[in-house]
Amino acid sequence: MELTMIYYLIPSLFMFCCGVYGFITRKNMIAILISLELMLNAVDINFVVFNRFLFPGNMEGMFFTLFAIAIAAAETALAIAIIINIFRVASDIDVREINKMKF
Amino acid sequence: MESVGSIIMYVVIALAIVIFSILAVTTRKILRAATYLLFSLFATAAIYFQLDYEFLGAVQIAVYAGGIVVLFVFSILLTSHPGDNSEKLASKSKTIGLIGAAAMFIVAAWSLLSRCEMLVSRPEMSNPDMQKVGEALMGTAHYQYLLPFEAVSVLLLACIIGGVVIARKR
Repeated sequence: MELTMIYYLIPSLFMFCCGVYGFITRKNMIAILISLELMLNAVDINFVVFNRFLFPGNMEGMFFTLFAIAIAAAETALAIAIIINIFRVASDIDVREINKMKF
Repeated sequence: MESVGSIIMYVVIALAIVIFSILAVTTRKILRAATYLLFSLFATAAIYFQLDYEFLGAVQIAVYAGGIVVLFVFSILLTSHPGDNSEKLASKSKTIGLIGAAAMFIVAAWSLLSRCEMLVSRPEMSNPDMQKVGEALMGTAHYQYLLPFEAVSVLLLACIIGGVVIARKR
């Protein structure tokens, strides 16, 4: 048995689909954010796998993943700040209850 | 041809990714979801190590597992009672989510599997050592990344200020 590209792409695809499922069904904002992290992480795996198997001499995929990780960290920190602020105003982080700004 | 050890390692990693991803989105205790997310991030770091990107694996563990999951745990403890179960999902939203995710999985997996030329075996590669990584991060020539590096540093500064401004008490 030889570990080809597809053996890495399928688990990453599965991880992404788990993220999609959680993003659709979860109601807690932090749980939605966790699903988002799963999706981002699956895409990072794809970049690295394509880099490793198709262009092993270069490092583009690796650096793209590096910057994606940094940007994901920034995005999560800001999102959590927003969630804590919402919790302070509405004392709930259920997405169905957050409708004060709804037109 | 791979050695038996790396195949066993691969099977463990793939199983960990699949199981912990499912658990992270289906468990009803939010703190457990964060823990399962941590484990699937560790499995991702193991994939990076297996594909010879040691620096990337270290970054994954340090930033994701060390930073982001801690942020998640703090915010969970600030905003909800960790022992509580979230309410049961309505079967309608569960069905919609399952159909969406399964349809996406089937379409993408079919299109991946039907491309036979993508089944290339892993070519030989020497690990990108730290000097190569550092030169690529700090250079301005072709395939070097000083500008995005600086842009990310400015972004992180803006993120720190934004986080403080948003979350401070009025």
